Amino acid sequence: MHLLAARTGRAGARQFLRDETREVDVAHVAREALRAAPCEPLRGKSVLLALPRQLDTAIALLRLAGVARRIVLWPSDVSPGHLGDVCDAADIDEVLTELPWQDGGNVGAAASDAAEEAAVAATEWVLLTSGTTGRPKLVAHTLATLAGHLRNDAAPSGGPVWCTFYDIRRYGGLQILLRALVGGGSLVLSGAHEAPAELLLRAGAAGATHFLGTPSHWRRVLMTGAAAAIAPEYVRLSGEIVDQAILDRLRDAYPTARLVHAFASTEAGLGFEVADGMSGFPAALLDQAGNGVALRIEEDRLRIRSSRVALGYLQSRLIPVADADGFVDTGDVVALHDGRYQFAGRRDGTVNVGGQKVHPEEVEAVMNLHPAVQVSRVHARSNPITGAVVVAEAVCRMAAMDTDQSDAAIGLLQAELRSFCRDRLPPHKIPAVIRIVPRLELGASGKLARQRA
Amino acid sequence: MQVRSIVERTIVEVANEQDKRLPPLSDELLLLDTGLDSLCLAVIVARLEDALGADPFSRDEDVVFPTTIGEFIRLYEEAAH
Repeated sequence: MHLLAARTGRAGARQFLRDETREVDVAHVAREALRAAPCEPLRGKSVLLALPRQLDTAIALLRLAGVARRIVLWPSDVSPGHLGDVCDAADIDEVLTELPWQDGGNVGAAASDAAEEAAVAATEWVLLTSGTTGRPKLVAHTLATLAGHLRNDAAPSGGPVWCTFYDIRRYGGLQILLRALVGGGSLVLSGAHEAPAELLLRAGAAGATHFLGTPSHWRRVLMTGAAAAIAPEYVRLSGEIVDQAILDRLRDAYPTARLVHAFASTEAGLGFEVADGMSGFPAALLDQAGNGVALRIEEDRLRIRSSRVALGYLQSRLIPVADADGFVDTGDVVALHDGRYQFAGRRDGTVNVGGQKVHPEEVEAVMNLHPAVQVSRVHARSNPITGAVVVAEAVCRMAAMDTDQSDAAIGLLQAELRSFCRDRLPPHKIPAVIRIVPRLELGASGKLARQRA
Repeated sequence: MQVRSIVERTIVEVANEQDKRLPPLSDELLLLDTGLDSLCLAVIVARLEDALGADPFSRDEDVVFPTTIGEFIRLYEEAAH
């Protein structure tokens, strides 16, 4: 497997990984991985990586691929309350909250390349993605589904220096880490609370030329005036709907860069890339997506089949993510205009706030806990900064409002509800706007009428 | 002038809610230096859409993203006309 090239230092030029605190040499980490006696206690185990730093996570991945039976990546923004469920579903033996070995650890015997390769291929990599109830779903991959399509086409002088706003503990970020490792390149990782502008300044100084983020990240970059800190050769957007305005703004900011947007999901894997500078994707792609990828549109939803599709959802056993024909329903609704498909939102009403998923039901459940709220409805509103924000309507119990319906009383209740949500939800799930309404319409089924994409 | 005060009040309100310490607002203040992250800006834009009935970012495709408080306010003042 290609990861071995990085592991054994055959990749050629020096490769590094760095965050805001330090830089590590990939070949050095990899050599230690091959002789890693300190990893031995984790051999054959199911390991959950809950390391605060992305850089430590990358080191652990390099060392544990081929050692651990299963590696679960825990993004720092997932509520610790889900830890028990995740450990049960993934049959976790060990939770790592810090690296269990010192740099320059004991030297053990190196396995042969072939044995090593087979072991690396067998390790299961598990990513978390948010579920309707707020409980994370576990999506199982292998190195083959994650990186089987990646090639080392780097010049002898080495591959590019990548930089991403994404978290390598999620699908999009992990793709970039593997792309850098397999492709003989290096990667600049974001710090825990680092603003996009600071990351760009640091990455620019480190020689980064390949930059990846969501449209929201890039809008933020343009608004902070930090765009001039870098001179990218390659700019890529994914993780949210990419509109024409952000593509045009980036084209203006970086006239010579290759500007690409991509479609990927944790379950379906990387689907395709679009490089013509226009939003959506050409209808012709349905017939010739290439790269072993097949696309279908059924009931206005995009379906994808490829060798990058996940093994399945992990819940004591593997539950397929694909249908009988091998296609994954992405849940993304597309509409055809002038020979191009444009993304129109999510079938299930999931809101994408700056690349982070929010299920309206989950926010409604919290709002409805408040004693003054009789019922609430949460939906998406499009937003020029984060693509979308969550907004809520709430019907109040009579007792809470009947004596005083003044603007001041409503304002107080809105503030109270916001603070109630703030105590119970991560920031991107808190409604940006809460409206107090006299009633909410019910649909024919007696359920709240929802606007669906 | 009223647009300006509504925009400024909304910025302060959202900053307080999100526990961001805001430097004194001035037209020259860079959005970068306000300490407001993407989500704060997104919430501010959503509230202003309700308060002013205007979303200047969606007017057309030629909107230049503002980089200072002054440019941000001006965008709303122009949209209100």
